[in-house]
Amino acid sequence: MRIAIDHRTAYRFTEPQARIIQMLRMRPCDTRTQTVIEWRVDVDCDARLRRSEDGFGNEVTMLYAEGRIEALELRVTGEVLTLESDGIVADAPEPLPPMLYLRETPRTAPGEVLAKFAREAVSGIEDRVERLRRLNTALHARFKAAPPTPDQGETVQDSFLRKTLTPRDRAQIFAAAARCCGVPARYVSGYRQREGSACAPHAWAEAHVPDLGWLSFDPEAGAIADESYVRVAVALDATGAAPISGQRVGAGDEELDVDVQVEQLGAES
Amino acid sequence: MLMLSRTAAALYWLGRYVERADFQARLIEATVRLDALSARPAGEAAWRSALSVSYTEEAFEATGQEMTQANVVRFLTLDEDNPGSIVRCLDMARNNAKAVRTALTRESWTAINRAWLLFHNRRNPGGPTAVLNMVESVKAETRGFEGAVRRMMHNEATWLIQLGAAIERADNTARLLDVKYHLLLPEGEVVGGTMDRDQWTTILQTVSAVTAYRWLYSEGLSSANVIDLLISRFELPRSLAACVDEVVTLLSQLARRTGLQGEADRMARARLMRIQKTRTSDIIVAGLHEYLGAFIKENALLDSAIARQFRFI
Amino acid sequence: MAAAKAFDEIWGHGGPDAPRAEFAALAEWIASTPPEELARRQQSAEATFRQLGITFAVYGESEAAERIIPFDIVPRVFLPGEWKRLSEGLVQRVDAINAFLEDIYSGDQRIVKEGIIPPELIYLNEQFRPEVNGIRPPHGIWAHICGIDLVRTGPDDFFVLEDNARTPSGVSYMLENREAMIRLCPELFREFRVAAVDSYSDLLLETMRSVTPGPGKSRPVCVVLTPGHFNSAYYEHSFLADSMGIELVEAADLVVDDDIVWMQTIAGRVQVDVIYRRIDDDFLDPLTFRPDSLLGVPGLISAYRAGNVAIINAPGNGIADDKAIYSYMPEIVRFYSGGEAKLPNVETYRCREPDALQYTLDNLDQLVVKLVDGSGGYGMLVGPTATKEMIEAFRAALIAEPHRYIAQPTLALSTVPTMSEKGVAPRHVDFRPFVLTGSHGVQVVPGGLTRVALREGSLVVNSSQGGGTKDSFVLMEDVPQGQSQGDGGMQQTQVGS
Repeated sequence: MRIAIDHRTAYRFTEPQARIIQMLRMRPCDTRTQTVIEWRVDVDCDARLRRSEDGFGNEVTMLYAEGRIEALELRVTGEVLTLESDGIVADAPEPLPPMLYLRETPRTAPGEVLAKFAREAVSGIEDRVERLRRLNTALHARFKAAPPTPDQGETVQDSFLRKTLTPRDRAQIFAAAARCCGVPARYVSGYRQREGSACAPHAWAEAHVPDLGWLSFDPEAGAIADESYVRVAVALDATGAAPISGQRVGAGDEELDVDVQVEQLGAES
Repeated sequence: MLMLSRTAAALYWLGRYVERADFQARLIEATVRLDALSARPAGEAAWRSALSVSYTEEAFEATGQEMTQANVVRFLTLDEDNPGSIVRCLDMARNNAKAVRTALTRESWTAINRAWLLFHNRRNPGGPTAVLNMVESVKAETRGFEGAVRRMMHNEATWLIQLGAAIERADNTARLLDVKYHLLLPEGEVVGGTMDRDQWTTILQTVSAVTAYRWLYSEGLSSANVIDLLISRFELPRSLAACVDEVVTLLSQLARRTGLQGEADRMARARLMRIQKTRTSDIIVAGLHEYLGAFIKENALLDSAIARQFRFI
Repeated sequence: MAAAKAFDEIWGHGGPDAPRAEFAALAEWIASTPPEELARRQQSAEATFRQLGITFAVYGESEAAERIIPFDIVPRVFLPGEWKRLSEGLVQRVDAINAFLEDIYSGDQRIVKEGIIPPELIYLNEQFRPEVNGIRPPHGIWAHICGIDLVRTGPDDFFVLEDNARTPSGVSYMLENREAMIRLCPELFREFRVAAVDSYSDLLLETMRSVTPGPGKSRPVCVVLTPGHFNSAYYEHSFLADSMGIELVEAADLVVDDDIVWMQTIAGRVQVDVIYRRIDDDFLDPLTFRPDSLLGVPGLISAYRAGNVAIINAPGNGIADDKAIYSYMPEIVRFYSGGEAKLPNVETYRCREPDALQYTLDNLDQLVVKLVDGSGGYGMLVGPTATKEMIEAFRAALIAEPHRYIAQPTLALSTVPTMSEKGVAPRHVDFRPFVLTGSHGVQVVPGGLTRVALREGSLVVNSSQGGGTKDSFVLMEDVPQGQSQGDGGMQQTQVGS
């Protein structure tokens, strides 16, 4: 599947900013079933961009801008070719062993309620893949979907009490629940191409099963992440994989406007 | 090694706050004298004028207190809620000094710390004598600090403290003059009368210029001469001319060290050229209040230019 | 009780009247100086410390209180031979710590792959920082400044109690204690050839400069990064910056632009090459570590990853001095150096292992039990002096969460004569020497921080629990007459301006 992405993030400041620094995790990497054909990160003001990789193997772009900045627009455009994968993520950069993804973070400490839910969802099932599927289905069924919102750093314990969840909340809960069952799991940020639905950045999870490797699960869809998904960054939680984390120097507030277009190319032909 | 901007800002503000505390002490001292020594106690008008000079008249009224000597003195010295009170100035001075401890000599730090201790945990200024003693000790400590700063190495640290002090001093002197000009004489008093003379004397006392005045002017006390002394005479350290000159000198010393000159240098030099050409009689004709208002505004602009030039923010 | 059979470093096992032969002169000095004179000098030293505002918190201790730590006037003395053997052990250990950090963060994780250390001890350990995984610091040095905490039971019997490879503090005490001793007890320096410690600052600056990133820069800019003057160790931060003649900066003084760290000065920005940070990893860079940190420099880790700045000590070092890893240090030293550790650990039972847990539970009244992640002497059971209730409380805790604990035998810690209310009497001590690693190699500064448990019989030397400090003399080998005193002990390195 050829997927085109156009992700625009516009900041408008009520007062000019003296300096902005942002760490962007907005560049996908190649895997066995995902090939990045073209990818650009553009900024509409005089900024310096530096590329590197973080400790989890994600592509990172540092953005540095100075001067009287009244507005900033980040535009990420690209084209990715994906193949059917059965949810198996292979040949991604893996600088860290799967075991590391058993760790809790402050945001993903499960708490008793979620831990109990996780244990019950998989009880009586031996097969590890099947256990994860059950967990995925249970999380899909338990909550209604809410559109993405800016990340306020909510913990899974708080999210779990809600009726509706953003993809981010649900992906973090999946990772926390899987870890409760002794399965290394991680948070994934990226894009999902879906006909007839509003586009937004998406998030799901991956869990590690010996002999198979990393398997992707989208608890919002209640399914595996198939070829309509473009995987961008992974980490222990949403903070670690945040597409944009930054700081600005200057007074006033910011307004944020996000517009994402994810399209399948050449679908008709 | 070039000085950190944060250090520079702290030193500059240290200079400003110590100078402000010193000025407040002088202002209170002169007002107590005026109140006590006048044939008819100047009372409320004198204290209103003291508040007005320190820009705190409205803040005092907001406290709802009666305008008595005791209340105003407490407000100007010990009130933690009055950002212009001596205790708050010394607090700010000490915080800035603490942040740059290593740029100061032990002597300079001790002077600040001792001045601060004078007020720390003190609740009541006491009667006129106690007040005069208190302001006298503030003056002694701030003089001690100035001396200690002069004995520090002659480098950026010293110059920045002195620069802050000079900018603050210029502002204080201009405000002092401006308020006197504005202060209406009580009904029945005549210009040049006892009351008027007392108030001009008060001003001279505030800036320690009584003796200087006698040296420089033979014809006795006249308002034109006091204005001349406080604006145009380079010999008087607290005159506007002396402050303006000192700012130029300090900025060029700093420029030699950093290898950079900027907006602040240009503004300060232009201001010096103007004040050298200005004649006091012209100021009086054109309007003292207008002149002082423009000076205070320009001084504030220069302060901002300094902050930008040395990257205080 | 342990105190009775303890080895006294001056008096040996014989007591004040039969000191160790090498220390006869010192024993004589102790015996002949009137106690009130010693007390007077001690008070004078403490008055100076109070005036200077010397306060410090040993890593992990409460940061809240500004404390003056009691100073003891009787020095602790190491003989040249003792020191030489000790130094060799320290160098070997610090080399291994650096090799270990290189292996797990930027190497092939050989030590895990070869089964020397269980992987979960690293990857599930909070002190292993995935955020800095894959970064190789400039010149491949992680632990530039190590403080190795040691205890002693006999003339040559030293044991490592704890490694400190993050931001070991206390070095200002080593230097200020020496200043005080030279001023107050000059006769001791005439009597003994004591190696100088005051070149520590030069050595530290040399170490910092030696790890400047990139090709030889003639005047690298080095800074000390402090959380600010509210921090209880601020005195030490400013002391070190001043004595090295470099800037003491706060986060607000630094900006990262284009993956380069800059310092904001009155004449514009200056590139910073080496940062000796006294801020914990968590607070270093809000974009990488805790997002709520106000003490940090946004983008610092990106500049570090790009190889444009050296951070001393490297972020992520906590994994090397973690108590769970500590018990594997003999294996770590053997693995990287190929030889046995010259400095042994205190024997340690890892309660996560069933046999060790059983042994610990069976011998609680004989052992010291510690939390793996505790410090400052808290969360610790000292079996021989504990009450029944305390022992039972620890038994329950151990059974509930065995992996959180280690146990060690109670050692007969050495003592050093110390001023007490009843005159000079033996008190238990520990020792923290400081080891510097730069691109030219590893150096041990001949001295260190001796902490002393001032209460009779107490084994807890932490300043938060009644500990004090002493000067630590390292004696130099006898040299032919004519050579001046006090200029040897370590090679004096010329530091460029």
